[in-house]
Amino acid sequence: MPGAYAEFLGGNMAMKRILGALCAATVLSSAAFAEGYPERTITMVVPFAAGGPTDTVARLVAEKMSTDLGQQIVVENVGGAGGTLGAGNVAKAEADGYTILLHHIGMATSATLYRNLPYDPLGFEYVGLVTEVPMVMVARKDFPAADFPAFVEYVKGNADKVTMANAGIGAASHLCGMLFQSAIDTQFVTVPYKGTGPAMTDLLGGQVDFMCDQTTNTTQQITGGTIKAYAATTPERLAIFPDLPTVAEGGLPQMEVSIWHGIYAPHGTPAEATGRLSTALQFALADPGVTKAMADLGTAPSPAADATPAALKTKLETEIARWKPVIEAAGVYAD
Amino acid sequence: MDLLSNLALGFSVASSFENLFFCLIGVLLGTLIGVLPGIGATATIAMLLPITFQLEPVSSLIMLAGIYYGAQYGGSTTAILINMPGESSSAVTAIDGYQMARKGRAGIALATAAIGSFFAGTVSTFLVAIFAPPLTIIALKFGAAEYFSLMVLGLVMSIALAHGSILKALAMVVLGLLLGMVGTDVYTGTPRFIMGVREFSDGLNFVALAVGVFGIAEILRNLEDEHDREMVTNQVGSLWPRREDFRAMIGPILRGTGIGSILGILPGGGAILAAFASYTLEKKVSKNPKEFGHGAIAGVAGPESANNAGAQTSFIPLLTLGIPANPVMALMIGAMIIQGIVPGPNVATDQPRLFWGIIASMWIGNLMLVVLNLPLIGLWVKLLKVPYYILFPIIMAMCSIGVYSVSSNTFDLYAVAFFGLLGYAMTKLRFEPAPLLLGFVLGPLLEENLRRAMILSRGDPSTFVSRPISLTLLLMSLGVLVLVFLPAIRKSRDEVFIESEG
Repeated sequence: MPGAYAEFLGGNMAMKRILGALCAATVLSSAAFAEGYPERTITMVVPFAAGGPTDTVARLVAEKMSTDLGQQIVVENVGGAGGTLGAGNVAKAEADGYTILLHHIGMATSATLYRNLPYDPLGFEYVGLVTEVPMVMVARKDFPAADFPAFVEYVKGNADKVTMANAGIGAASHLCGMLFQSAIDTQFVTVPYKGTGPAMTDLLGGQVDFMCDQTTNTTQQITGGTIKAYAATTPERLAIFPDLPTVAEGGLPQMEVSIWHGIYAPHGTPAEATGRLSTALQFALADPGVTKAMADLGTAPSPAADATPAALKTKLETEIARWKPVIEAAGVYAD
Repeated sequence: MDLLSNLALGFSVASSFENLFFCLIGVLLGTLIGVLPGIGATATIAMLLPITFQLEPVSSLIMLAGIYYGAQYGGSTTAILINMPGESSSAVTAIDGYQMARKGRAGIALATAAIGSFFAGTVSTFLVAIFAPPLTIIALKFGAAEYFSLMVLGLVMSIALAHGSILKALAMVVLGLLLGMVGTDVYTGTPRFIMGVREFSDGLNFVALAVGVFGIAEILRNLEDEHDREMVTNQVGSLWPRREDFRAMIGPILRGTGIGSILGILPGGGAILAAFASYTLEKKVSKNPKEFGHGAIAGVAGPESANNAGAQTSFIPLLTLGIPANPVMALMIGAMIIQGIVPGPNVATDQPRLFWGIIASMWIGNLMLVVLNLPLIGLWVKLLKVPYYILFPIIMAMCSIGVYSVSSNTFDLYAVAFFGLLGYAMTKLRFEPAPLLLGFVLGPLLEENLRRAMILSRGDPSTFVSRPISLTLLLMSLGVLVLVFLPAIRKSRDEVFIESEG
């Protein structure tokens, strides 16, 4: 390859030799990089508070990735500004493969929700998809509707009475709520909270009527019978709730949504590093312990084919394009 | 009886050698980080989380819980010794605890805090064991309207925190409310008063504010008058409370435990009010309200008991609903999930060993804390004898590390410096920091719940009086206001709330 490059340039022998040496040096150094990497602790930035659903996903895979890499991955929580603070920090970090970012669907939606992002959302290097967490439409346990079609009818008929909770602007539950409003073409009152915890508390106490949130937050409450589940936002029924219909079965296929998580690295991170991280990610996702922990939360690890840089790149690009019109139609911005 | 067999199961789990060991590690670490100013339980637990994955789920949760209530315990030590509260609850302890220390009664203040905390911890642990499920139902009755009214009551009571002019205290509450407005509006996503600084978009950091206006301001004040400081250190008197001290602390401890246990159950920020509410109550019932702010033992005993009782009962929403009452609880949920236990309404029935083991370990942990801390009091008090030119740089460095570790954000360090100067200016002008802190903590909760209640009622303000709990709380606020202003109207001075300036 170095030879071919010099050949293409033509020119004299000296030039050829210098170029050849240069290219060989590059190849050598990156080979050394690949062999040696990682040589020290890697920091995985999670742009949300510790203990939240994204943090849990990050810590689950970080632990197993560390086993494969032979170096510890330390999770650092840099919360704030809907995840854009942490993402901004990683964008500015040194592109040496020792700082990486685990972010969810917010990476795509913040591109539209924030009109002055301090970084380019498409300017990262990609490692791979981690998991796609399904969402479930849930309601307080004494909500009148018996099934999903009845639920939709009830919401349409009582648009001036019902209330829908969400965990704040840009949160997964807010995105799903926007999809629901546009899918049934009905406006109703939405009640934002500071995070899922307080929103779920009010749903349990019957202070609000319904919410659409990730299975990571809703599964235990559904099995505990403290809230009612109406539909899953996935193309297929969920393994943990085989009796729960999907939104498409209920006639609203446009409500299909999942909270996908991906791992990114700063722009310019060597492909050897992201490739090595991808392998480690695939190793972690194949681990039975990780699969079991994710299954308990109502989700599953991404297949190895999706835990690759190319798959994540495609996902991010399609998702930015998908959410732009939804957010612009809702007219909600976070800055 | 079910309860007895459950408790027996819990104690058998918690008293296994391994679990006792991790409980001890937890409370030791908790005490340590509580004593180091600025470093909070949240940051420590977040850092230790990966280590706990290797442990048994019960052991790891016992250790994490130990860190949490150990830190509550240790936090009062710095509040008393160097006026450096790391959490809103210990900000109250600092008011009278630090004054006691300045009068050479640091040992007694520390012992009072330890005894009060232990008693409160014991009572509230049994409350958790016996009443967790019914108490949860009450907590769920609290909607936005109730929380709003509770916060109103809290703000009205905050006036009692002042031992100087009421007007100045009100000004501080308002300034606190304004500082609390900085950040992103929950309802529209609009950034407010962030002055283009992205780091402010989630609001000002509480630890930075508290460390600045209390701790750094106090350091500046001490440096100004070296002589004054030496007098304090040379006055360290008796370490152990005398009989009259014990008599003075019984009532406050009992009342503080009651208040703290009730407020701790509310997941929407009730526990924040526990220490403040207890202080107000003590000042109200005291025969010597003038003493408050000048080293009243009841001003330490009550809030410390309330604070610890609240810390224990705040486990109730976590254990019975799987809902975190604060960031530390959120981390514990994360730890449970990674261990393969998803917290939710079924934990008590699905995982009785875990559920009752944690509850039993709380009591054991509290016992360990009191056994550990009473002998340490002598050591802590000796710390006051360390020359100030050595002590203050250490305190400043620890603060900076601690504040930085909360969210790895250098802006918070500038905030500490700024609030330190502000706090110093406030001391010079005889404004007090405690009402400011309360306004800062309660303001956002007040606004959030007011607006949420109005959204839920479709703009109908009668929601605040048509809901019985909310109405009761508002009537109580009114009662406190009448108590404050009636004497002024009658032109007779009631020393309960209004005292001579200075």
